[in-house]
Amino acid sequence: MAEANLIILVICLLLYVLLGGADFGGGILELLSRGKASKIVSRAIAPVWEANHVWLILVVVILFVGFPSVYSTVLTALHIPVLLVLLGIIARGSAFTFRHYDIDEKTPKAIYSAIFRYSSVFTTFFLGVTVGGLILGEISMDYQLGFYTVYIHPWLNWFSVSMGLFMVLLFAFLAGIFTVSEIDDKDYIIYFTRMTKRLLISLVVMGAIVFATAKVAGHPLLKDFINSPISVACIVIATLALPAFWYFLNKNKGNWLRLTAGLQTTLIVTGWFAIQFPVLVKTNSGHDITIQAAKAPEQVQLFLLIALVVGVLIIFPAMGFLYKTFKFSEEPES
Amino acid sequence: MDEFLAARMQMAVSLGFHIVFACIGMVMPWFMFVAEWKWLRTKNPVYLDLAKAWAKGVAIFFAVGAVSGTVLSFELGMLWPTFMKHAGPIFGMPFSWEGTAFFVEAIALGLFLYGWKRLNKWVHLYTGMVVGISGVLSGIFVVSANAWMNAPSGFDWINGQAFNIDPVKAMFNKAWFSQAHHMTIAAFSATGFAVAGVHAVLYMKNKLEIHAKAITIALAFASVAAVLQPLSGDLAAKNVAKLQPAKLAAFESHFKTEEKAALIIGGIPDVENREVKYAIKLPGFLSFLAHGDFNAEVKGLEEFPEEEWPPVPITHYSFQLMVGIGMFLMLIAALFFAGTYKWKHWLEKKWWLRLLAIATPLGFIAVEAGWIVTEVGRQPWIIYGIMKTEDSLTPMPGIQYTFYTISVVYIILTFVVTWLLSRQIKLLQSKYLKNG
Repeated sequence: MAEANLIILVICLLLYVLLGGADFGGGILELLSRGKASKIVSRAIAPVWEANHVWLILVVVILFVGFPSVYSTVLTALHIPVLLVLLGIIARGSAFTFRHYDIDEKTPKAIYSAIFRYSSVFTTFFLGVTVGGLILGEISMDYQLGFYTVYIHPWLNWFSVSMGLFMVLLFAFLAGIFTVSEIDDKDYIIYFTRMTKRLLISLVVMGAIVFATAKVAGHPLLKDFINSPISVACIVIATLALPAFWYFLNKNKGNWLRLTAGLQTTLIVTGWFAIQFPVLVKTNSGHDITIQAAKAPEQVQLFLLIALVVGVLIIFPAMGFLYKTFKFSEEPES
Repeated sequence: MDEFLAARMQMAVSLGFHIVFACIGMVMPWFMFVAEWKWLRTKNPVYLDLAKAWAKGVAIFFAVGAVSGTVLSFELGMLWPTFMKHAGPIFGMPFSWEGTAFFVEAIALGLFLYGWKRLNKWVHLYTGMVVGISGVLSGIFVVSANAWMNAPSGFDWINGQAFNIDPVKAMFNKAWFSQAHHMTIAAFSATGFAVAGVHAVLYMKNKLEIHAKAITIALAFASVAAVLQPLSGDLAAKNVAKLQPAKLAAFESHFKTEEKAALIIGGIPDVENREVKYAIKLPGFLSFLAHGDFNAEVKGLEEFPEEEWPPVPITHYSFQLMVGIGMFLMLIAALFFAGTYKWKHWLEKKWWLRLLAIATPLGFIAVEAGWIVTEVGRQPWIIYGIMKTEDSLTPMPGIQYTFYTISVVYIILTFVVTWLLSRQIKLLQSKYLKNG
């Protein structure tokens, strides 16, 4: 039962990366594009906005109900980067809403936009740093050690920083895909296609840097990847899908494009999960927290699973209706 | 600042901020729903403008409520990791249901906001109702989790570990119902009086039909709630008397166990000498309110070791403030019902509009006071009778800095939201003032 809940957790995480990632990336993409182009980004992303926080909340809830020691340990060791992510979420979420609803005046809109864009980069970066801290496994559970060792070192290192940059590029890339497949204006399709291609290339380079910094930090990331058949399969498929992706991007096949980009992101997340499992949190003392050690009793898992399955049965049709109402028609009105 | 105090203050600021947005998010959808329904029935375009204006307000409050709620789901673990490690599996189930309710609310709100032209108008109206229902359900789920901290159940606590966890029993703990109805009604009362008050102030300046309609809708909700609230409060207090006698004693600064216990109104509690100065005392009434019998015995704080007392003065003042405001709002509600038959005439009375204007912030002040009553009144426990708050504090030092940061952010956000709303109102009015 705990395994089922863990799989749902990973799916929620994936959906947060795919859908929330496009939102976060929207702000980054606005920063990268100038003038009218940035307006196009915000218009392409706005209508599905309100719903995306829930994936993160679900991840958190599954953690503290199903795997409480993971939740407590991670939020203690990574308190600082998580706090920075939260501050970013507050800033960008409210700035986006204010920009959308405030009276059309230049100065406040420009301020909201600036806050939204820069805090999108900031939030995504620290989200990546947090994930980096989780992967690296320098988390210490001996709280008697110094402040630096316990609360800073697990996330402030080259590997986590490069994970932060990787995340920024990944989210910007996802938003690029979303925007390209959403707009009709020919010139801007070309503009954003070019930008998305550049982002993809940077993403591949950054991925290599992530592996390199892992090596420098003494983390056998590459070796772990190679030793797990699932991860190898993920990497092979993701690489094989690249030419197809390039082709769809050039031909501007919106739905295929989203599908391949979604597939590749799914593969990244699955590949990572495969090398991590059954460990949920790596620590530097060698006493890693495994699913066996962390899981709450069966009875709890059962009711959690029921709540999640019923939730999905309610949510997915509703989401389908939302997308059907807005995505297959033209201009969004406000 | 002491780490423990800083962590508690940060939690208080975060919850105190979120609760306002959560209440509005629960209640205002019902106002916009009624406004749209009136528009569909009467075809009066003023109602449509009102529904759209309120929907914008809901969107702003919902978004800020969503981010502050997301922050809270992390803060629980960042500040109280030991508590969450033990309590998460027991009281967490309502949060997973809340996730669903929140999501449905978000989807329905998206449809409502952007679907004016795309959806059939009755389907559109229906989405508004779904926003309201799921909002109220979200609130009830969260309150049920909080109620568990007051009345922990659904587990056996053996040597500092929970065994035999029953999440259903934990969710439907002995405090959930009384807290849920008290909080839900409070949300309707506070939001209703706030909205009515804002429109009353505007109506005093410009006699626009839209404000008159707005006052009527908001006040109708608020008045029903304000009349029900004392009854709900009475049930809640009786429940506290049964489950948490020390908390009830702190409400009333009731130090000595006695029969025919007096209800204490106002006054200054003197904890050292165990007495209340300058208070009005109504003999027997506390016994009656707590146990339904003027002669019943009410346990005083002396029954409990002093280190298990909640901070008496804060709990006492907050309780008095909450009850006092509740009574005042009930009076306004009674006047509203008495005056309905010549309602139009009343809207021209300055004193009535002024009264509504005064009531604008009161409901929310009472909500905050009530929240302090239930949270501070539970201290020193985080899980009543099981785990002390200080034992669950994060080992990370320097919490005062995160407290300052979060406080500054929320203060700024409060100003920006207020400013934004005032601009929205100006925008709404300008349309009518130009035409008129």
